[in-house]
Amino acid sequence: MQTYANPDVLVSTEWVAQHMRDPKIAIVEVDVDTAAYNEGHIPGAIGWNWQTQLCDTIRRDIISKDELQKLLSQSGIGNDTAIVLYGDNNNWFAAWALWQLKMYGHNDVRIMNGGRKKWLAEGRELTNEIPTPSQTTYRVFSYNEMFRAFRKHVEDEMKSPKAALVDVRSPDEFTGKILAPPGLPETCQRGGHIPGAKNIPWVQACNEDGTFKSPMELKTLYESKGITSDKSVIAYCRIGERSSHTWFVLKYLLGYPNVKNYDGSWTEWGNIVGAPVQRGG
Amino acid sequence: MMRPENFRSDTRELVGMKVSLTSYKMGDRFYCHIDNIDPGATIVRADGTTQDEAEQLAVAKAIERLTSKTKRS
Repeated sequence: MQTYANPDVLVSTEWVAQHMRDPKIAIVEVDVDTAAYNEGHIPGAIGWNWQTQLCDTIRRDIISKDELQKLLSQSGIGNDTAIVLYGDNNNWFAAWALWQLKMYGHNDVRIMNGGRKKWLAEGRELTNEIPTPSQTTYRVFSYNEMFRAFRKHVEDEMKSPKAALVDVRSPDEFTGKILAPPGLPETCQRGGHIPGAKNIPWVQACNEDGTFKSPMELKTLYESKGITSDKSVIAYCRIGERSSHTWFVLKYLLGYPNVKNYDGSWTEWGNIVGAPVQRGG
Repeated sequence: MMRPENFRSDTRELVGMKVSLTSYKMGDRFYCHIDNIDPGATIVRADGTTQDEAEQLAVAKAIERLTSKTKRS
């Protein structure tokens, strides 16, 4: 049976149950639904709020180096700590956190396969107690922007036959039928997609129980749409978070060497005056 | 420590929109969470003394919220 390209980036719920009290491991919950953590979480797990702690709250950007150092230090995480991320909705925002941690050079970051949904479905231990970890002095030594695409890079790459754009939004967002999923505030002036992009909704990488699909299923999913490992791949969505999940799948589960997440995504592209837009399928 | 019980998850259509409904018991309360499936953003959450109560409350809140959003647009 074929394995993931980097199997160490995934841990099972059973593995977490056995290691959740290991001081060298930090379990961190990052949910779309920021109220979920307080309802109950894995014993010892720290909760990070993606809306306030994993972004720059003034300008549109990822968390700054200083803020990340502060967050990790307050979370009791050292440079050699193994971080295990998990969250609701197929680990959507756990992947967003992982993408940022990898850019800031944290070596050992993993995702609990199946996330919060699988942990709950299996009836595993939960608590309401908020942990009070001992403060550390976390230091960021490198910042790797290889994993991030900016608008100019996308404009250049979309003309190259060696590049592939993957739009991971829903088909209705991709075709331009809707500007944003119902109930979500961030929107744009124009609907559609970046010309040449292939539509592979991010959630197709997951099984019903929240775990990732098998290596063969993932390979077939992306290769059948021309998203192959020999290309320079850029994933995007609406605000860059769903595409961080696809970035994780392509980069770590399938081992593609050159994958970037365009976090400006459609809320940037769909608002640019004069940007080329394609409508329909 | 506690363990979630009676975990159940399914999809439904509310005011023409497909949603995912997840509910379970934690401690002495039942919780229900409704999201919009793709991308899975939370629409509402509710809790109650029984699973049915939590789900019914969440569904009523979701319909109210989705209807008001439909009217606005």
